[in-house]
Amino acid sequence: MRHPTPKATRHVNQNEGLIFEKSSPGKAAWKLPPLDVPEIDTKALLGSCERKDLGHMPEVSEIEIIRHFTRLSTWNYAIDLGMYPLGSCTMKYNPRVNEAAARVEGIANAHPYQPERISQGALRIIKTLSEFLIEITGLDAITLQPAAGAHGELTGLLLIRAHHQAEGKPRKKILIPDSAHGTNPATAAMVGYAVENLKSDSRGTVDIAALESQMNENVAALMLTNPNTLGVFEQEIHSIADILHAKGGLLYMDGANMNALVGKVRPGDFGVDLMHLNLHKTFSTPHGGGGPGSGPVAVRKMLEPFLPKPVVVTKPDGTLAFDYDRPKSVGRVRAFYGNFGMFVRALAYIQANGPDGLRQTTEDAVLNANYIRKGLEGSYDLPYSTPTMHEVVFSDKLQTKKGVRTTDIAKRLIDYGFHPYTMAFPLIVPGALMIEPTESESKEEMDLFVEAMKSIAAEVEEDPQTVLEAPHCTRVSRLDETAAARNPVLRWKPKV
Amino acid sequence: MRYLPKSPADREAMLKAIGLRSVDDLFAAIPPEYRLNRDLDIPRQMAESEIVDWFRQRSRENGDGYTSFLGAGAYLHYRPVIVDSLISRGEFLTAYTPYQAEISQGTLQAIFEFQTMICELTGMEVANASMYDGSTAAAEAVMMAVRLTGRRSVAVVRSLHPEYLEVLATYATHQGMPLSLVQFRDDGRVDLKKLESLVSPETACVLIQSPNFFGTVEDVDAIAQIAHKHGAMLVVSIAEAVSLGIVEPPRRADIIAMEAQSFGVPLGFGGPYCGVIATREKNVRQMPGRLAGQTVDKQGKRGFVLTLATREQHIRREKATSNICTNQALVALMVNIFMTVYGKVGLKELAKQNLAKAAYAASTFAKHGEILFGAAPRFNEFVVRTSEDPKAINGRLLGHKIVGGLPLAKFYPELGNAALWCCTEMTTRSAIDTAAGLIAESERSVRSAKEELEEFAR
Repeated sequence: MRHPTPKATRHVNQNEGLIFEKSSPGKAAWKLPPLDVPEIDTKALLGSCERKDLGHMPEVSEIEIIRHFTRLSTWNYAIDLGMYPLGSCTMKYNPRVNEAAARVEGIANAHPYQPERISQGALRIIKTLSEFLIEITGLDAITLQPAAGAHGELTGLLLIRAHHQAEGKPRKKILIPDSAHGTNPATAAMVGYAVENLKSDSRGTVDIAALESQMNENVAALMLTNPNTLGVFEQEIHSIADILHAKGGLLYMDGANMNALVGKVRPGDFGVDLMHLNLHKTFSTPHGGGGPGSGPVAVRKMLEPFLPKPVVVTKPDGTLAFDYDRPKSVGRVRAFYGNFGMFVRALAYIQANGPDGLRQTTEDAVLNANYIRKGLEGSYDLPYSTPTMHEVVFSDKLQTKKGVRTTDIAKRLIDYGFHPYTMAFPLIVPGALMIEPTESESKEEMDLFVEAMKSIAAEVEEDPQTVLEAPHCTRVSRLDETAAARNPVLRWKPKV
Repeated sequence: MRYLPKSPADREAMLKAIGLRSVDDLFAAIPPEYRLNRDLDIPRQMAESEIVDWFRQRSRENGDGYTSFLGAGAYLHYRPVIVDSLISRGEFLTAYTPYQAEISQGTLQAIFEFQTMICELTGMEVANASMYDGSTAAAEAVMMAVRLTGRRSVAVVRSLHPEYLEVLATYATHQGMPLSLVQFRDDGRVDLKKLESLVSPETACVLIQSPNFFGTVEDVDAIAQIAHKHGAMLVVSIAEAVSLGIVEPPRRADIIAMEAQSFGVPLGFGGPYCGVIATREKNVRQMPGRLAGQTVDKQGKRGFVLTLATREQHIRREKATSNICTNQALVALMVNIFMTVYGKVGLKELAKQNLAKAAYAASTFAKHGEILFGAAPRFNEFVVRTSEDPKAINGRLLGHKIVGGLPLAKFYPELGNAALWCCTEMTTRSAIDTAAGLIAESERSVRSAKEELEEFAR
């Protein structure tokens, strides 16, 4: 067996139980100021609605809380620790000035219902970001209300439905390529559409002949990720748009992979009718262990009347206001105005970059993916030789001969100090290794990554067992997911 | 560009290694007619100091330094300093969804603790890792009830947050889910007779909010009885999480859809916030969103994983319980830390202070304006009706750097000159007294104008 931890090292890291296991009566981490109004008789005010007991809520001191969460944090991998090459997730650097901007007092503490005359700063932030994103996408109007990418998809499909209804021809189907993210079909179902699968051709892109034969007056739209989940730009994008438009369908673009395009090409210029962006991918807002995100939807002029309400407008006196009088609007998709704090961060990111920075960012992201592709060709099977944009997809075909699968390679990569790539996706590639380095990686970090992946490929040949049993250097070894699902334990309970 | 870690020489070397001559070759796949051959029309690169200045300027335009009586689904509570210290750790801030459990135990254990505390506070058996916010959580909870009961129609009370109702209406439109609205009574609570008449064997669920939009605590048991008698589920929305410290949770609910913003999340002009769904164990397989579960590793050591993923879109695609993928994880961590700080005793004391401030404000305002819905218990919000349009009173309050209650005419025209006021532990007695003074002045001037008019008529 090779050295079990070739690159990653352990550091002093105490075990930490659940917070409930540290709790004991009388400990506290809070102190309220004295009450400046008369004491109340809770019973008299609430009667039978009064709560007597808060169950097993913890009682701990402040230092214990600091240590608890700090220790827990050290069990996480993070962008701040190293390369996080999850395909289609765009795990780029999260600039800290974004966090500072979001915490400026009058921004962090603004109430969503405070009068518009004392909300001009917040409205200006919404308006400015909207204008920048419209310019970046090449479309005409935008809503920032959706809280995440999938929520943006939902909003987009509601807009598509409203458009067809206004034309008097509600349609029933959405076409979705077999390489699409799971959110696409799930969203279509939520908006009451039937999902029709569209197969990919030998290049991994939309099969034009299939699209032509499947397109008819019952198809509302095609949901297309471009570049697609193989990291391949749909070169026939214009034909795709033409085929849809000829029969009254719309082209929806899933903007998950927009990091390959910003400043180089605009979806509005290649026939897209509407799209969502992921501010938590392309525009650097932190993933935070799974969220929050933000999923603005940009649209062509004809869809603008249907956008969720309210929208920000400029009044004759030059001040900004919310317009709620939108009779054709699809309605609200979220209370208030969306994940505003993410708008602040995305805007700060765009300001820091400027036009040249955004273009360089895209170029570096694509350069990095191609550098990794070149570095790993030969060591891993490349199922599609089509040119790579910002991410590259390999398969575990060569390694399965030794019984090693994409999951095992991913787990072994952890021992080399890297977060794994996206495993087993897209579904059109059996045993996929989907790698998106983003622009945030230096040449040195990528050389280490390529070296690690090659070393694992060699291990698979010489000593597959080491790979199959990985990771070897983590706090816990592979966890029993089957048992977790079979007998779900979803909360802590006191021992009886 | 300061975020990019490559020198021109690095880029040259990499291009060479790939076998390309220029960066343009990397974009050869994009048909030339679509390429952007100009700079994006956005401002030049800004220095960090300029960015900070720009946002400080926006902050000043945003009415920094006002005392506010606004609640209505977004509450100003004190945020312990350690909330931001801890969530700013890069290991939490810059981690992805914890799919790779071996290197995500921190996030996973935190979610497990979050789920546990939400269960303790709501009286439910399982809670998910988060939803976008209270409004979408309510809509998703209703869709969950539709799946669980196999029925389609929904009875919704008008005292649900009006924007939550709008969101539900948007979601319901294309799901073939008819909504019927239930009126509230003079005490602000649900009209049980009207509810009874609207619940039928087709009703999937009754959706209420408690404390409701007016701050009134509902008689949840009576509503549950009506829903359950007809085989419908009871979904309870909770918008003010601090109420759980002193108000009995809706234990007879089948699903609870919460907004946990009150627990340590900044107002932030309406987001990001933290929705949560909690329910009974038997309903878990129809629950939307991520769940963390406990398990063991190969050595038998306790660990946590994301579990029951077969409900989710990345596995089940169009058959998933929801399309939700990205949630509000970091915000849920804020909530988690806040709940841990206040804990069993602190949450109760915190809620009590809210109750006391609102009780004092309501009794002070009652001397001048009319308190609506006074007959039922309430938490930290109450409705005041004045003779004058509350917008006019609020305009004068702004001069004192005070933001008055939310005028309700937009949502409930039938309530006339009513406004929804909120007090939290952050509201000072002096602000309450100032606001009461201005309401008193407004009433006096309306009265004297009326008297003058009457005199003139005589």
